[in-house]
Amino acid sequence: MLAADLLVAQNVGFYLIAAVMVVGALRVVTSNNVVHAALWLVVVLAGAAAQYVLLAAEFVAITQVMVYIGAVMVLFLFGTMLTRARIGAETDLNNKNWILGVPVAVLMLATMVIALNDGFGNERLPLDAAPVNTRTVSDQIFGDYLLPFWALSFVLLAAVIGAIVLARKD
Amino acid sequence: MLLNQFLILGAVLFCIGVYGVIARRNAVLVLMSIELILNSVNINLLAFSLRNGSPDGHTFALYVIAVAAAEVGVGLAMVLLMYRNRRSIALDDLAEMKG
Repeated sequence: MLAADLLVAQNVGFYLIAAVMVVGALRVVTSNNVVHAALWLVVVLAGAAAQYVLLAAEFVAITQVMVYIGAVMVLFLFGTMLTRARIGAETDLNNKNWILGVPVAVLMLATMVIALNDGFGNERLPLDAAPVNTRTVSDQIFGDYLLPFWALSFVLLAAVIGAIVLARKD
Repeated sequence: MLLNQFLILGAVLFCIGVYGVIARRNAVLVLMSIELILNSVNINLLAFSLRNGSPDGHTFALYVIAVAAAEVGVGLAMVLLMYRNRRSIALDDLAEMKG
């Protein structure tokens, strides 16, 4: 195997970002403070955007930063602000039988890792793949996938109207 | 880079998200765990898109992001309504329909 095939820089970047993402995700589900959980979620989402760049998907990465880190996180912080009486750590954020989640998650992870190793093993990502640029993506959205795009527009419209109807005071 | 390293990262994030959905009692934290699950799906879609050399995965990842944004909007509106009616957003308090 040639040293050039190993892509040392990309691999180091991948494992660094992946470690940060896993730690952040664990803090999201174990933190005792809702605001801290939201801020750890920002770390995970930013790491996901970096992984998209490594996967040569720059338009999706930019969209991730703008929609998730920009809009969704503001919504989460607003939701936290509007629904909380206390500031700081809370003790009753978990269910009484939260421990049941651990074996479920571990078993599911073991099954997935075995299945993925079995199915894809040492398959490498192609180095010479033609990059998918934004023009190709937009040709897809407004060409082959136009009908799902329309459906998505109605989903967003329904979500906007539904959110206003649910949240207004009367 | 191996294809598997991205898929396993997606699997790890997915399982952490599933644990969060099971273990958390606070409705906002359950919504955050769902966001983790949706992001792991996006990583898988983009990894397979690069492997197959096709732009379809990018399109679906964008659709997933849009649906996730809509879901958070409606979900947080529901949480707000729940808080307004019951002064609590603990999910196990919602037991009126339990037989």
